Amino acid sequence: METILFLAHTQADGNLLNVALETLGAAVELSQKLQTSLTVGLVGETVQAAADAIAGCGAKRILAVQGKDFSASRYASDAAAITALARQADASLILAPTTSRFSRALPGATQRLGGRIETHVSGIEPAGDTLQIQRWYYRQRMKATLSRSQRPWVLLIDSGVFSAWQGAAGNAAVENVAVSLDAACQRTSVVGEQAPSSQAQTIRPDAKLLFVAGAGWNKKQSDGQIHLKDAEQLILGFLNKSKASLGSSKSLVDQSSEGEAVLSFMTHLNQIGQTGSTPRHPKGLATCCHGEEPHAVGWRFINERRAINLDPNCGWAQGKADVLYVADAFAVMAKVNQLLEG
Amino acid sequence: MSTGLHIVVCGSLVPDPLQTLTPVQGPTGPALKNELMLPAILDPWAGHALYEAANLAKKQPGSKVWLVSLGNKAKLQQLMMSIAQKVPFELVPLDGPAGGFTDPFEVAEALAGAIEKIAGLDRSKLLLFGGCASAVRDAGVTMPMVAERLGIHDQFLAVDEIDVQTDGSFKVLERIEGGRYQVSQCAGMPAMLAWATGSLPEPPNNPQVGMLNMRTIMPVLQKAQPALLKGEGVIFASVELPAQRRETKIVKDMPPEEIAKEIVAWLKD
Repeated sequence: METILFLAHTQADGNLLNVALETLGAAVELSQKLQTSLTVGLVGETVQAAADAIAGCGAKRILAVQGKDFSASRYASDAAAITALARQADASLILAPTTSRFSRALPGATQRLGGRIETHVSGIEPAGDTLQIQRWYYRQRMKATLSRSQRPWVLLIDSGVFSAWQGAAGNAAVENVAVSLDAACQRTSVVGEQAPSSQAQTIRPDAKLLFVAGAGWNKKQSDGQIHLKDAEQLILGFLNKSKASLGSSKSLVDQSSEGEAVLSFMTHLNQIGQTGSTPRHPKGLATCCHGEEPHAVGWRFINERRAINLDPNCGWAQGKADVLYVADAFAVMAKVNQLLEG
Repeated sequence: MSTGLHIVVCGSLVPDPLQTLTPVQGPTGPALKNELMLPAILDPWAGHALYEAANLAKKQPGSKVWLVSLGNKAKLQQLMMSIAQKVPFELVPLDGPAGGFTDPFEVAEALAGAIEKIAGLDRSKLLLFGGCASAVRDAGVTMPMVAERLGIHDQFLAVDEIDVQTDGSFKVLERIEGGRYQVSQCAGMPAMLAWATGSLPEPPNNPQVGMLNMRTIMPVLQKAQPALLKGEGVIFASVELPAQRRETKIVKDMPPEEIAKEIVAWLKD
C-alpha cells in the first residue's frame, strides 16, 4: 500500500502558496482514491500558521522542519529537510508543488532517498494496482502517460492543474523533525531578491490573461517606419490596465542579444515557447506573433486564445487560436486601452 | 583566482526544434520516428551554459572547460562540427541514447561516472555547469542528481549570472517566481549551476578554435564509452501528440473600434 507525503514550504509570511494548496488538493484526492493515509511535511522558518490553515485536510500527521536555517530557499538546507521528512513519513509517494525552491531541492533529495522523480506533472490517476501520471515531453510537444515501480516516487505538480484544497482551519498538532546543518550546508547564504532591469513588473503568474507580444511590434509599419515608443506605450498601458502577464516570442527576445532595437521592458524572463516558459493562464491574447510549431507551444496551456495579426494564414493562430482578428495591432490596442480607461 | 577554474559542462544533442517530431514505439520503449535521421543541435540551455563557461574561463587564467556529452557517437561527431568552432573545450563523450524518454536517474549516473574519471579534475576548483532543463525531457532534474552523486551541495537552478570574486567566492542570480531573481552568495567551489539563458549571445564561429578542438575531439569520440541506459522500472502507457486543433474563427474587415469592443467584452467576461 502506498503512503503519501504532501510536501510544501512556507512563504515569508508563514502561509502556503496557491500552487501548494492545489497540490494538497491533488494529494487529498489521491489518498481517498487509494484509500491510504496522508502525511503533511512542511518546511520553513515557522510553519504553525500554515499547518493550522490546512488542519482540516485529513492528514494523519503533520511533520515539520522549521527554524531560521530553513527560512531561505537554499539547496543544502532544503534537501536535508526534505530527506528527513520523507524518511520520517516513510513515504512511497511524495507530492510537492512546482516552485523554484522545490525544483532546485527535490531532485537531489530524491537521489539521496534512492527514489525517482517526475517534474511538471499534469495529471495523476490510479490505474489498477499502479499509479499513472501524465507529463509533457519535447517542450510540450507530446504528452506521455507513465508509471514507475521504484519508490519513493516524487511528483512535482504544475500549477493550474488541480483545484486548490479548500477546507476548515484548525489547531494543528505539528511534530517537529530535527535536522542539524553542518558547516558544509551553510556555505551558501541567500542575500535577497531583485527584479530584472526592466521598467515595469511585467510577469504576473497569477494573472487571468497572458498578453503575448510578437516581433511584429518592432518591425516597420505601413508607413515604412519603426514605432518602438508607440509600441511600448501601448503594451505597457494595456498591461497596467488589464493586469495581464507579458510573454514574448523567442525571436523578439533574441533580437536584443543581436543588437537590434527592442522593447525596453522585455527581457529573457518574458520569453515563452521552445526555450522559454509555457505559462498557464485562463486567457491569452497574442499580438504580432508569427511562426509555426514549436514557437506556438508557448501558449499550449492557455485555455481561451485570441490573436491579432495582419496575416490570416499565420501559423501562430490558425488552428491554435479561437479567434483571429486580421487587423493592425497598433490600432486595435490603442482602442482597447481607451475602452479599458473608460 | 590565479589558479583557474575547472568547469565541467554537461550538455547533449536534441532534435532541431523546427523539425516535426512524431512519437513511435521502439523495441525498448517510446522513441521518435527517424530519430537518428533528425538534424540535431546542442541542447539550448546547455549551450548557454557552455558559452558562459567559456566566457568565465577566459576571464580566469589557467581555467579549463570540459563538455561531457551523452549521445549517439555519430550524431555527436556531426554536432561537434559546429559546436567545436564556438569556444575552446575538451570533449568527454558517452555513447548512448539522448532522447527524451531516457531515465534521468540513469543519465545522471552515467554523467557522474564520466566526470569522476576526468584526469586532473580538481574538485576544489570545480564548477559543474549544465542547462536548467533539457529540450527533450524538460524535467530539470539531471544536473542536481549529477551534483548530488558527486557530493556537491551548493546547487543553483535557472541561473542567469555568476560573479566570481578573487577569493573564489561567488554571487549567483537564479530565476524565481514572478520574474524576479534570488541573489545568493556562495563561499566557493565546488558548486553546480544549472543555467537558464544567461546573458551571452551565441559566439561566432572561429575556425582556429575549431581546428584546435577537433584535434582532441576526434580521438576521444572514437574511444567513447558506451552508456547503458536500461530504463528500468518505468512503463510508458502512451505517448501521443496533442490532437487538439482549434476551429479558428477568422475575423476580417472589422474596424479596430469593433475589434477592441469585442476584445474588452471578452476580457471582462
